[in-house]
Amino acid sequence: MKIRLSYGKWGKVRFLGHLDMARLWERGLRKASAPVAMSAGFTPRPKMSFGLALPTGAESVIELFDVTLDETRIDAENGSIDLELLRSSLTDAMPLGVEVVDVDPIAPQKWSLQEDVTATTWVLAVDTSATDPSELDERVAGVVSSTEIWVDRERKGERRRDDVRPGILDLRIIERGIWPATSELSAWADSVSLLSTDIQFVEATLTTSGRGVRPTEMAEVLRPGVDPWITMPRVVRTHQWIGRDDAPRVSARAGKDITHDHSLEQRLERRSEHSVAGSSGGYD
Amino acid sequence: MTSLWTRVEPLLARVRKPARYIGCEDGAIEPRHGPGKVAWLLAYPDVYEVGLPNQGLQILYEILNERADAVAERTYAPWVDLEALMRERSIPLFSVDTHRAASDFDVIAFNLSAELVYTNVLNMIDLAGVPIHADRRRPDDPLVIVGGHAAFNPEPLADFIDVAVLGEGEEVVSEITEIVREWKASGRTEGSRDAVLRALSKVPGVYVPSMYEVEYERERTMSITPRYPDVPSLVVKRTVSDLAEWDYPRRPLAPLTEVVHDRLAVEVFRGCTRGCRFCQAGMITRPVRERPAEQVRTMITRGLERTGYNEVSLTSLSTADFSGVESVVSSIVPDPTACGAPTVSLPSLRVDAFTVGLAAQVASGRRSGLTFAPEAGTWRLRTVINKLITEADLYGAVESAYANGWSRMKLYFLTGLPTETDDDTRGIAELAAGCVAIGKKYTSRANVTVSLGGFVPKAHTPFQWFGQNGVDELRRKIGVVRSAASKGVHVKWHDPAASLAEGVASRGDRRVGRVIERVWREGGTFQEWSEFFRLDRWTDALAAEGLDVEWFTTRHRDENELLPWEHLSAGLHRDFLWQDWRAALDEHGLPDCRWTPCYDCGVCTGDGLEHVVASPIPPAGGSQGTGQDLSVGGRVPEAVPVRLGART
Repeated sequence: MKIRLSYGKWGKVRFLGHLDMARLWERGLRKASAPVAMSAGFTPRPKMSFGLALPTGAESVIELFDVTLDETRIDAENGSIDLELLRSSLTDAMPLGVEVVDVDPIAPQKWSLQEDVTATTWVLAVDTSATDPSELDERVAGVVSSTEIWVDRERKGERRRDDVRPGILDLRIIERGIWPATSELSAWADSVSLLSTDIQFVEATLTTSGRGVRPTEMAEVLRPGVDPWITMPRVVRTHQWIGRDDAPRVSARAGKDITHDHSLEQRLERRSEHSVAGSSGGYD
Repeated sequence: MTSLWTRVEPLLARVRKPARYIGCEDGAIEPRHGPGKVAWLLAYPDVYEVGLPNQGLQILYEILNERADAVAERTYAPWVDLEALMRERSIPLFSVDTHRAASDFDVIAFNLSAELVYTNVLNMIDLAGVPIHADRRRPDDPLVIVGGHAAFNPEPLADFIDVAVLGEGEEVVSEITEIVREWKASGRTEGSRDAVLRALSKVPGVYVPSMYEVEYERERTMSITPRYPDVPSLVVKRTVSDLAEWDYPRRPLAPLTEVVHDRLAVEVFRGCTRGCRFCQAGMITRPVRERPAEQVRTMITRGLERTGYNEVSLTSLSTADFSGVESVVSSIVPDPTACGAPTVSLPSLRVDAFTVGLAAQVASGRRSGLTFAPEAGTWRLRTVINKLITEADLYGAVESAYANGWSRMKLYFLTGLPTETDDDTRGIAELAAGCVAIGKKYTSRANVTVSLGGFVPKAHTPFQWFGQNGVDELRRKIGVVRSAASKGVHVKWHDPAASLAEGVASRGDRRVGRVIERVWREGGTFQEWSEFFRLDRWTDALAAEGLDVEWFTTRHRDENELLPWEHLSAGLHRDFLWQDWRAALDEHGLPDCRWTPCYDCGVCTGDGLEHVVASPIPPAGGSQGTGQDLSVGGRVPEAVPVRLGART
């Protein structure tokens, strides 16, 4: 039996890297006494498969990972497993800031999580206290209307020059008012506003496959030559989009109300499909 | 008293391994500060990954937080990248628990596990915004306390610390808390700092350097005298008599990021009476006190449940000597409800076949490598250092290791030991070649790594009178081993230059403080890290202070010399140490006193203590356990060979 865990990562734990998280999940699953299946061989490992790495320093509404459970151990106990109990005990077992939102059984997959997710949406908290108020608007508009953006970046230890424009599926400035007062994103925006008097929120949907674009690279496009973490002191991943070119995109959290903002989700879905179709007209 | 988090946070995405600074570990305690509480900042003067697993710090963290009148948080040395950003923005040193400024605490207590961290201690005091010189501190500045093994000669830090604690901290931290609490309640008025230090100086095991006058004549220490009649002339270490009463840590800290010992640690005993003469840890932690096996089992079960770890390390100075080791190891059975069976690791393995059998029992899965520490290349030299391992022990252990599926061995040796000749040094390569030859019977991949450390004599050991080898001589000896190393033997070594600096700090007196300060001012932090260590910073600083490096390092001391730490005691009689030094030069070994008559080293009699061992019978296996014939492989010469530092 395979399950998919969705979890949020908020606050101080955002400074944990991908490998740290993998190690923590292993410990967390043991603390929660989850009946995880083990690999065969000399050094048995729990069967876990992680999704797209979240950059160290970024937060997330939605992170995903898959765990294979050991049927014989479930049978040995009482033949079934209480997934809601597993969800809450995993949240307790993980450090403060890691919130397990869902534990869902999933069908055996053709593709791994990493291959499945083709785009992700981010909200960048951009500190505009040191810049002209209109600068960010102009820059966003400039990016949207451009057809190519060449940047020097490093991939696998190699310096290279890439056009990142095709990887930017959507880019817009948003108002924090779109998040209901009780939502996680609204609480996040409150904590972000402690950092600077002038924060503007930029929503970006970026491809992950091929010449994928990272949120730090997005920040460097918005303000070239400045450390991205100065431009963007906080950034949160809000959606992971699953789907291939020949199939409609669906949010990894389709059917789950996380942001409490259906219009945003629908808008994103519409626009991502648009962008994938290859037209730059998807940007309003 | 506010959190610095909002100022620290924006920097973290820009530094390496930011998880070092966020706290949030499993087992971290939410500190509750309050006006009547003494706030301790427990500081480890090295980077987080090295400091977090430190058991001493974890134990005190819990004990203090359990007290109604104390609260404790932790801090570690910020790595150089964050330090630069902090200094640029005037952000002071902060705790990882609540990101509170270090100067908001009443006490900053450093754990000194080694000497090369001294410049980091200065750096952290400075980063805290506290004057580095103790005599410049005001009543509202925190008290700076040091403890840990290196605190047994705190003289090089005398100018910078208010207090040094000798020995185990479980009980004394409470006594210190009570005195500091009174001081706090009295309002820490002008001039009260001296009074609180004077009160602290009367607590057993507590040493206050400023309460002592030290006189020098040219290089020599002439006298060390208490300034006041009520200040003790000899400060004796603290020892916890029964480990069973101290089952700490009860809430072991499990970090969120990878650290050097990333597993549960359960201490099975303290002390060691093997009597290895080079080993400061073995000398200063006497007597042996075992934890009851049942308590060890409880701590393992509880610790694994709490942390989610599936590996436990049974720690001590020689875990195979723990009388309950077999029963504990066999009781750790795979738990079908957890993912993966817990594995046991046994650090500090004794060199014999019994121990390897034990290691084989606990090793799960792939056998990567096994480490032994014969320390010296010939039986003669091993009797000098009292590491009484015969060739038969080592080869038996190695044979057993290969037979049990290991294919890689690592052997630790010291070079620059007293009376060491080139025959002894070459003996290292010969022993390693012997191990490879045994391995070839089992696997064509058999190889042996020899790791060479330059010997640095330490205070409170029989070798405290020995002049260590200089940099050139240690380099030459590394060359001797390398050229004698045959196929299948890989030689690695510790930088001899670092051994010299360590020597200056280990047996230095108060004047060495100025050297440490200069090295720090020149930017010499993280001296344990080879990428930051530069010997010329140390030699230049010594020269600038008019101090002779040879005086502190390569010079042999005589019996009558007043050593800089003579007013501090680990409980060992000076006579015992001197006789043991002479016995070393006579190539005369001294078997373990747990199973032979008492040598009256002074520790048990002086402290009204006894060895606490669960079994009166020596552990099984190997000549180390069974009352071995010490004449095996060597002879006891009549005359005292004067071969100190001799070269051949």
